[in-house]
Amino acid sequence: MYRYDEFDHKLVADRVNQFRGQVERRVSGALSEDQFKPLRLMNGVYLQLHAYMLRVAIPYGTLRSEQMQMLAHIARKYDRGYGHFTTRQNIQYNWPALDKIPDLLDELASVEMHAIQTSGNCIRNVTSDQYAGAIEGEAEDPRIVSEIIRQWSTFHPEFTYLPRKFKIAVTAHKNDRAAIKLHDIGIVVKQNDAGEIGYEVHVGGGQGRTPFVAKKMNDFVPKAKLLAYLEAVMRVYNMLGRRDNSYKARIKILVHETGEEEMRRMVEEEFAKIDASEMLTVPQTEIDRISAYFAPPAFETLPADSQAFTQAQADDADFARFVRANVVAHKQDGYAIVNISLKPIGGVPGDATDTQMDVIADLAERFSHDEVRVTHEQNLVLPHVKLDDVKTVYDALAAHDLATANLGLISDQIACPGLDYCNLANARSIPLAQEISERFSDLDRQYDIGELKIKISGCINACGHHHVGHIGILGVDKKGTEFYQISLGGAADENAAIGQITGRAFTEEDIVDAIETVVTTYTDLRADGERFIDTYNRLGMAPFKERLYD
Amino acid sequence: MAQHAAKGARFQAVTANRLSDGEVVYFSADNRWVERFTEADVADGTEAAEALLARAMPDDFEAHVLEPYLFEVLEAGRVYKPASVRETIRAAGPTVRLDLGKQAEAKAE
Repeated sequence: MYRYDEFDHKLVADRVNQFRGQVERRVSGALSEDQFKPLRLMNGVYLQLHAYMLRVAIPYGTLRSEQMQMLAHIARKYDRGYGHFTTRQNIQYNWPALDKIPDLLDELASVEMHAIQTSGNCIRNVTSDQYAGAIEGEAEDPRIVSEIIRQWSTFHPEFTYLPRKFKIAVTAHKNDRAAIKLHDIGIVVKQNDAGEIGYEVHVGGGQGRTPFVAKKMNDFVPKAKLLAYLEAVMRVYNMLGRRDNSYKARIKILVHETGEEEMRRMVEEEFAKIDASEMLTVPQTEIDRISAYFAPPAFETLPADSQAFTQAQADDADFARFVRANVVAHKQDGYAIVNISLKPIGGVPGDATDTQMDVIADLAERFSHDEVRVTHEQNLVLPHVKLDDVKTVYDALAAHDLATANLGLISDQIACPGLDYCNLANARSIPLAQEISERFSDLDRQYDIGELKIKISGCINACGHHHVGHIGILGVDKKGTEFYQISLGGAADENAAIGQITGRAFTEEDIVDAIETVVTTYTDLRADGERFIDTYNRLGMAPFKERLYD
Repeated sequence: MAQHAAKGARFQAVTANRLSDGEVVYFSADNRWVERFTEADVADGTEAAEALLARAMPDDFEAHVLEPYLFEVLEAGRVYKPASVRETIRAAGPTVRLDLGKQAEAKAE
């Protein structure tokens, strides 16, 4: 994993000291709230319904054990004993006091973490595939280029005041687990016919009130040229992105209004200028230096199968279910990727207590080469667990309500904080997720339903990714009362699609029944082997709409 | 922000968040910022509401609170309650964590 050098350490320490002074001046009255607000936002500090909220960056969703331990410590010392993992692979604390946040940031910095660029109109935390470096079939570890982008974009002076926020996601696998086509820039690391590594670049995806799937801008940007290409995209956006209307300020609107071809032409023109200067050509020595941080851990040479692992499944039906749902094949013989669901039945999606975080940190240290990953679907991953150890890990997880065997199933929902916490929300998301999870709590029923991704947002900003849920739910406010709109057919993977709204919204009392109607319509009509999304794509909206409204 | 509008509302109160810790606070009849909704001053009618908001926002209000605003309350028997789901949640705490927020503090007393 990447480790800070002396420049990184100084940069983060300076920023904490700077923010400490800003907080002191705000509290003393030397700064007004209008002056202070953009400063606190640049340090990840929001004001929510009940308190301040601090968003901490987890670059490309990768954590060392000591970092997870620090997140647990912060939850205990500065918050109310828990944190919330988000769809951008970050963690949010819901209750920190403003005057304690500089101390909190100091402690975070001690483990090479910060909250810089987790808010504001800048390039945000770079996200990536949670299985990076562990799954078979990657062109290379996507965290290498993610780290290069992180360094390039951190405090980039030209891109500190963009028209709007900017999000970049990277994958290196044919199965997109990072929702790259729903980002301002989505990158696929790939290999060309000559065996060279380069990047397929998609631009202009996003959700919010006007969702778009990104357009492929370039099929193959050579490795050393990526930053020059990204800089070109950013420059075109920075020059032409709308600043007169925040609802139309994202690059997706620019791409849509300009047209894909013209956008590509402008980017190529800018790219040619930057490339000619060679200012942003990444030296091979630097690529090699960063690549070395992501070298595979020292895996043992093991047989592909483990007798202990097989026997444990035969002996323990619950463990067998966990393996079926949450354990994924590793690229290294004798190892597995272990997913930890943060969606217990009736729980709050993405929440973890300080104790749970400590348990996971300990397991990562002992059994997963010191690594934990955060997923954009608000779960955690132990990426490198020996098959022989999976049962031990499972038992420890189960003892702390962390072994729910529901990955990718109907109860594994994304939900934004919604009106229970968020200042922007129109409706609650979490109670709805809890009620749906309880309605479908029977695991056998969940397995029968199969892969089904429900995503819930409490407002049109779409932090809960409702546009790309197989079933999406959007909370709306009608005269102070919560209603919920359903959309169907969305997808966040390599076949990214925006869902279509079924029709009028449902009341809080009726929405879970409506979801059950959608699910039973699918189970009644599916062909052999069809997932929900397959059946929807084959039959379209009509049969679902008919059952919901007739 | 959602559900702030109080157009046509008869009864209104003023709320904000405290600068130091973000705690939800209400403006009281004796011109203090208090943590309990039940201690909030309630204005009857538009003019009274505007006067209440003006009282809550003297020149130095930013030294104590953030973004004061009016919100609608309803008469419920002999007491008042927030009209919207949003303000009901602000007055109590997250509906999914009854152990947190003002609802938890009230229970502990």
